[in-house]
Amino acid sequence: MSKIKIKDFNLFYDNFQGLKNINMNIEENKITAFIGPSGCGKSSLLKSINRMNDLVDSCVTNGNIYFDDKDIMKTDVTQLRKEIGMVFQNPNPFPMSIYNNIAYGPRTHGIKSKEELDKIVESSLRKAALYDEVKDSIHKSALKLSGGQQQRLCIARALAIEPEVLLLDEPTSALDPISTLKIEELLQSLKDDYTIVIVTHNMQQALRISDNTGFFLNGELIEFNETDKLFTFPENEKTENYITGRFG
Amino acid sequence: MKKNKSDLIRYLFFLSAILSIALIILISFFLFKEGTVIFKEVGFLNFILGKDWSPTNTPSSFGILPMILGSLYITLIAILIGGPVGIITAVFLVYYTKDKHYRFLKSIINLMAGIPSIIYGFFGMVVLVPAVRYLFPSNGNSILTAGILLSIMILPTVINLSEVAIRAVPRFYYEGALALGSSKERSIFKVVLPAAKSGVISSLILGIGRAVGETMAVVMVAGNQPRMPKGIFKGARTLTTNIVMEMSYASGVHRNALIGTAVVLFMIILIINLVFTIFKERNVNG
Ligand SMILES: Nc1ncnc2c1ncn2[C@@H]1O[C@H](COP(=O)(O)OP(=O)(O)O)[C@@H](O)[C@H]1O
Ligand SMILES: [Mg+2]
Repeated sequence: MSKIKIKDFNLFYDNFQGLKNINMNIEENKITAFIGPSGCGKSSLLKSINRMNDLVDSCVTNGNIYFDDKDIMKTDVTQLRKEIGMVFQNPNPFPMSIYNNIAYGPRTHGIKSKEELDKIVESSLRKAALYDEVKDSIHKSALKLSGGQQQRLCIARALAIEPEVLLLDEPTSALDPISTLKIEELLQSLKDDYTIVIVTHNMQQALRISDNTGFFLNGELIEFNETDKLFTFPENEKTENYITGRFG
Repeated sequence: MKKNKSDLIRYLFFLSAILSIALIILISFFLFKEGTVIFKEVGFLNFILGKDWSPTNTPSSFGILPMILGSLYITLIAILIGGPVGIITAVFLVYYTKDKHYRFLKSIINLMAGIPSIIYGFFGMVVLVPAVRYLFPSNGNSILTAGILLSIMILPTVINLSEVAIRAVPRFYYEGALALGSSKERSIFKVVLPAAKSGVISSLILGIGRAVGETMAVVMVAGNQPRMPKGIFKGARTLTTNIVMEMSYASGVHRNALIGTAVVLFMIILIINLVFTIFKERNVNG
């Protein structure tokens, strides 16, 4: 079943066309990877899904993106972002305690009871496989955590508002291999409950964790297929060149 | 040859730095030398806690508590109004204005900073005093009027320093909050502003310093009665205005008492600056 449908989607930054006629269906409870050389539009598409591009004044789009068959442009943007969580390339925990980082989202969406917040904080940390490491320092500053822990905290923070979709933009590119592995394992364990879209320029990562992969080049979606197929029998010559490392 | 030239420039810089330090020391030295005479004559505590200021009576009395409280109340009102308005304006400048409007607003604010205080005082006299007289049962020359006028005068200080502090907060905090479905306002007030806290607080402290030291504008609207303040709708005298009103004719002990007033003012300013430095340091250390 597709959770997100992207139809004839174009995106411009002023006169520069960043995305060209994108069509793709993102399946529920699967991990979808976007790969491609940098500057090909992966982040632009990801940020279009939760409308973070609304912040960019020069950005204009046409075509449609449907989330559960609702046009995202016709959805209330805060509600949309509650249902579609996002994790950024560089870990960006707020300069406050671990607890308050995670409680921020639920509080935003109206949860006030301390007991309930306590419960959410603990369960989010557990889901993000961070609980055991931080359970004694939950009221300490989140900035004291290591980079890998900070990124898992950001995932926990996103999970705390119970989204249905999780968007991740190169979440491991700033992390060491061990932290990267932890996050990859985490994402695999989350996919039963969430629909995950991950941008990566690490092809091994896409191969290891994703079910479907889209290959982008110069703003176009060149090929979109099951990950195994795309990497073993690419249909398009450009895809083949890219995955065999002949460019990019 | 080239090296000599850069050495020379370095000495010049060094010399100007030394010069300002020397000036501060010189000012402090003479101020304290002349200003502390009164502390010996009437006693430091009697001087700053005395409730009666009647320099020309016999026997005369030199208590500056009324002026200390006058400065305190007026400054408090100024910061209670000017602080929030200034911070919100800074938020507006950073998060709600487009480039063109920003530059226009910014030049207005810089202009505000450059207007001489006597002009503010004139504005206070012809606009604020009648307005306060009309709105509240009073003659208009009051603590409240002076506080309102000062709240306007400290705006450029609060706005500019808060703006710098808010801009220094990395954009990804703001975006991270928005991505959680938080509204723009909530993201700014719950995430960005707390992250800019120490810088914003230093802007308030500097604003307080500005308000405490202001003289000419205050003297035109505060009423200037040298008595214990009797409510915000009544007049009061501040430390600065006490000096400016009487210095021209004072002599002897009276004159010493005015210089003593300046010393107290100077000490207050030093403390404010110390607190400011502490907060600024904290901002740097994250
Ligand atoms: N805010 C922006 N303003 C103008 N151009 C942008 C902006 N963001 C991205 N671009 C351009 O759009 C293209 C795609 O960028 P992006 O989506 O970030 O690519 P990727 O994530 O694949 O590296 C790039 O050429 C980039 O320079
Ligand atoms: Mg990118």
